[in-house]
Amino acid sequence: MITVQCFAHLREQLGQDQITVEKEKLTVKELLKELTDQYAIQTDSLMVAVNEEYAEPEDSVTKGDRVALIPPVSGG
Amino acid sequence: MYEVTPDVISIEEVTNKVVRPEAGAIVNFIGTVREFTKGKRTLSLTYEAYPAMAKKQLERIGNEIQGKWPDAKVAIAHRTGKLAISDIAVVIAVSTPHRKDAYEANEYAIERIKQIVPIWKKEKWEDGEEWIGDQLEKTNYPDGKPEEVKAP
Repeated sequence: MITVQCFAHLREQLGQDQITVEKEKLTVKELLKELTDQYAIQTDSLMVAVNEEYAEPEDSVTKGDRVALIPPVSGG
Repeated sequence: MYEVTPDVISIEEVTNKVVRPEAGAIVNFIGTVREFTKGKRTLSLTYEAYPAMAKKQLERIGNEIQGKWPDAKVAIAHRTGKLAISDIAVVIAVSTPHRKDAYEANEYAIERIKQIVPIWKKEKWEDGEEWIGDQLEKTNYPDGKPEEVKAP
């Protein structure tokens, strides 16, 4: 199982600050597809962070990684 | 040197982190909560962060600055939680031997914060509230604000 942290409007939309995918290993691209299917999330503008670094679509995500969905940021 | 905090930021504390004998200039950037944006009145802002990653990305910005301006020393603090008008949201201090580099590196830091640091702000107006998604104006908001996010 892979746990994915959610923030800002995503967190409020989902009503929870983390969601899960029943996989051991997959690519970032596959993860986003899974999340779209399971949670009806709009992933177009989302970045994925793996272990606190931005990940590319072909990067892999493994159980135990710290994974988060990053909507466009608005700090500063 | 890099902090994401729910507590009030002390400008002096952040600044003191970059004070050193080699420096001939210290430039501070202080980001505060603005009341009016394009004619629309903001009542308050709430910042939410992914703290571990935000800190890591602030460090990355520090490293980038180190690469571009090797003599610069940088300290950054960003606030989270609910802020009122004129409250301080972010403080960036850069010291360098000469002022030009400090001005440039400081501006670079705030531009990069707005690009890569996972912090989000929710604006509260008189007629509602909304998470702000994109300050780089890649997205057009015909109504002057993002569309309402529908509750599930």
